[in-house]
Amino acid sequence: MHHFENDISIVFGGAAGQGVQTIAEALVRVLKRNGYYVFACTEFMSRIRGGSNSTEVRVTARKRGAYVSKIDFLVALNADAIDHLQDRIGETTLVFAEKKHLEGKDISGFIDTPIAEFAEKAGSKIFSNTVAVGIVLGLLGISIDAFSVYLSEQFATKGEDVVAKNITAAKLGYTFGKETAAEKRIEVTIDPVEEQPGELLIDGNTAVGIGTVAAGCSFISSYPMSPGTGLLTYLAHNAEDFNIVVDQAEDEIAAINAALGASYAGARSIVTTSGGGFALMEEGVSLAGVTEVPVVVHLGQRPGPATGLPTRTEQADLNLTLYAGHGEFSRVILAPGTFAQAIELMQRAFHLAEKYQTAVFVLTDQFFLDSIAAVDESDIVRLPLERYIVRTDEKYKRYSLTGDGLSPRGVPGYGDGIVKVDSHEHNESGHLTENFELRRKMVEKRLKRLEYLAEEALMPELFGAAEAKNVVVAWGSNRGVLEEVIDNFQRKDLSGLHFSQLFPLNMAVKKQLEGKHIIVLENNATGQFADLLIREFGVPVSKRILKVTGEPFSVEEVVEVLQEV
Amino acid sequence: MIVNPFDMQVKTMGWCPGCGNYKLLDALKEALHHLALDRRNLVIVSGIGQGAKTPQYVNAHMFNGLHGRALPVAMGVKLSNRNLVVIAESGDGCMYGEGGNHFLHAIRRNCDITVIVHDNMVYGLTKGQASPTSRLGMKTSLQLNGVLLEPFNPIAVAIALDAPFVARANVGDGNQTREIIKQAIAFKGLSVVDIFQPCVIFNKENTYQWFKENTYYLSDDYDPSDRRLAFEKAIETPKFPLGIIYRRDGRELYEDMLGITHTPAYEHTVADAAFAKMLKDYT
Repeated sequence: MHHFENDISIVFGGAAGQGVQTIAEALVRVLKRNGYYVFACTEFMSRIRGGSNSTEVRVTARKRGAYVSKIDFLVALNADAIDHLQDRIGETTLVFAEKKHLEGKDISGFIDTPIAEFAEKAGSKIFSNTVAVGIVLGLLGISIDAFSVYLSEQFATKGEDVVAKNITAAKLGYTFGKETAAEKRIEVTIDPVEEQPGELLIDGNTAVGIGTVAAGCSFISSYPMSPGTGLLTYLAHNAEDFNIVVDQAEDEIAAINAALGASYAGARSIVTTSGGGFALMEEGVSLAGVTEVPVVVHLGQRPGPATGLPTRTEQADLNLTLYAGHGEFSRVILAPGTFAQAIELMQRAFHLAEKYQTAVFVLTDQFFLDSIAAVDESDIVRLPLERYIVRTDEKYKRYSLTGDGLSPRGVPGYGDGIVKVDSHEHNESGHLTENFELRRKMVEKRLKRLEYLAEEALMPELFGAAEAKNVVVAWGSNRGVLEEVIDNFQRKDLSGLHFSQLFPLNMAVKKQLEGKHIIVLENNATGQFADLLIREFGVPVSKRILKVTGEPFSVEEVVEVLQEV
Repeated sequence: MIVNPFDMQVKTMGWCPGCGNYKLLDALKEALHHLALDRRNLVIVSGIGQGAKTPQYVNAHMFNGLHGRALPVAMGVKLSNRNLVVIAESGDGCMYGEGGNHFLHAIRRNCDITVIVHDNMVYGLTKGQASPTSRLGMKTSLQLNGVLLEPFNPIAVAIALDAPFVARANVGDGNQTREIIKQAIAFKGLSVVDIFQPCVIFNKENTYQWFKENTYYLSDDYDPSDRRLAFEKAIETPKFPLGIIYRRDGRELYEDMLGITHTPAYEHTVADAAFAKMLKDYT
């Protein structure tokens, strides 16, 4: 008897090119159509073919957005997958694989599963993925109808034969799954969901992309770098429908400078990259600072230093964005924790960049960008598209000293004025100057907007009781694990605070932290956000929960650490 | 007296007395005036260096950016408002050294941008080191035994990449320089104008006299549309040909390849119907 209840973790493992991601995408879509909460996340090696990759699909009774290390069902497409995931195979894990892939290992939950044989019966080995999804649906006791519809849609362009063969493969897998469930007495029960899961099923890249389109972005120039490339690709797909200029730059330095040129001419512009690419952009960030040209930077984090672990996840570039660029100027750093939040924050990023004529960084990471989850359409916020561009007159001066630090922003070709922007220190007209007093005033002007930005800064989201003595702080992609852990404990003395704005911080946050036992959870080695909280608020941080393996935090490991608190 | 609308009242200029930049500035402003351009639609983008200060002294829009990065900025401007006339202007160190990669790829893209390079074969702003176009053997404060590396040949590189308009001028000849700049700006596509000019402080070899003696004008019957011939001209040395060395009309603009309309980006809106349709794809 194998009983699984309300929180099922299904993992598909295989080599790059075997399509574990495709399987997961198909499964989550079918499960969502059947009314379940789903969440999927992927880990993969930096290879085009071979290696060992896996995707986890969680089917839950409550909405979840975190990685769990436990595996209930492992569908292994090769022998390496079993080796690679060995540490996560527990006593209750059921492993579905062909016998030859076991290679003599003693795994109590092993179930000989002739995936390739079914695929070949349907026509070819390439249908293995379809078989795998069929098996899982059979095990879960979910109707295969939605999957058949999905296959018909997915392969419509490839002809009836391909659709028919896929459906045959799905049915072979499904029958096997159902029979195995009956034979081995595998029972899966998931309580009906409280509300319908979201209408949209998207990954993090898509969420960032939707937000960027919604923000009225009309220009992106970027150089491909994982995991930042997704946004570039997304906008390329939507360029025609939304009149977005998509330019693949020759290097990251070109990208940020092109984005600044575009923004100077009135576009809402963005660059997307990862840490290494962003490091190359830093002089451009400084240029944005001195010229007061708005720009949004999406930085999909991955582990460094240098090339590090190119396809894995980390949150170690907070300091990079916090201190990016020589000299002193303002900036904003945002880090969404959910897909709906990403859609809203991308719009907010462009809004703040334009309103305050500054650089805004949006930090995501590989875990976030490659995860898949459902989003309610009603949760998709559309912020009004407010432009802050003025029509210039003949007397226009780009850097007029207005007292509030913000000069009305004109763009070339709109009005009778001349718009001069300068990377040198400049006077009000934008001409280079070495006047000491003007220099002092311009530095002050460029930093003053930090005050407004702090006043407008987003407050963190609270999980649990506000008065709890212990508060776990997390940011960006760790929202899912934070929420689930706090929920699991149900302790009155333990709460969670999730920050989606990292800089500047709202001073009202200080009250939420003072006198608390502060535990900071982040995917880096030193506790960069913990250090920032200390710097900004002077509050002590009691404990740092850190992880630098290149994997996201699992719910289990955070629970284990917090049990000691 | 006819007033040139591109003239600017400037208290002090950043250039040394006798600098070739003055002559280039004059030729540029005259060219702009002759073309009757509306300064409200003219953007001059520059990098860093003495030549890059030029837009500080022209009454038109200016983006004086980073060393080496004029071209990406110029492209960003052009692609966001193609109604603007865009000139990217900087020195040889900025365009060919620090910005060399952008130079290559700007030519590949072929936006309608005019690239004006102040080529004085030396670094002025950093005080006299070799530039990519310094001649072999020239002694400097840094190249103590003389320049070791072969000079970068911007004309040959541009023609190799099929830049549709490649010209060279000598600032000592104001009228000819002005006329070449005018044709470059009027040209639809990326035009490269390498302009010889002396640095009177740090380059004692490549003087007004030297440029006069080591250049000649292409004859009236020279056919700039012949790419092979143009390449031959490009590698001619020591006497450098002046004029329009290569010209290929009709090469497709990057703006057109991308389907960019004449609506400036500051008027960009997000169509609700398209947005709703995009979301529907994920249900």
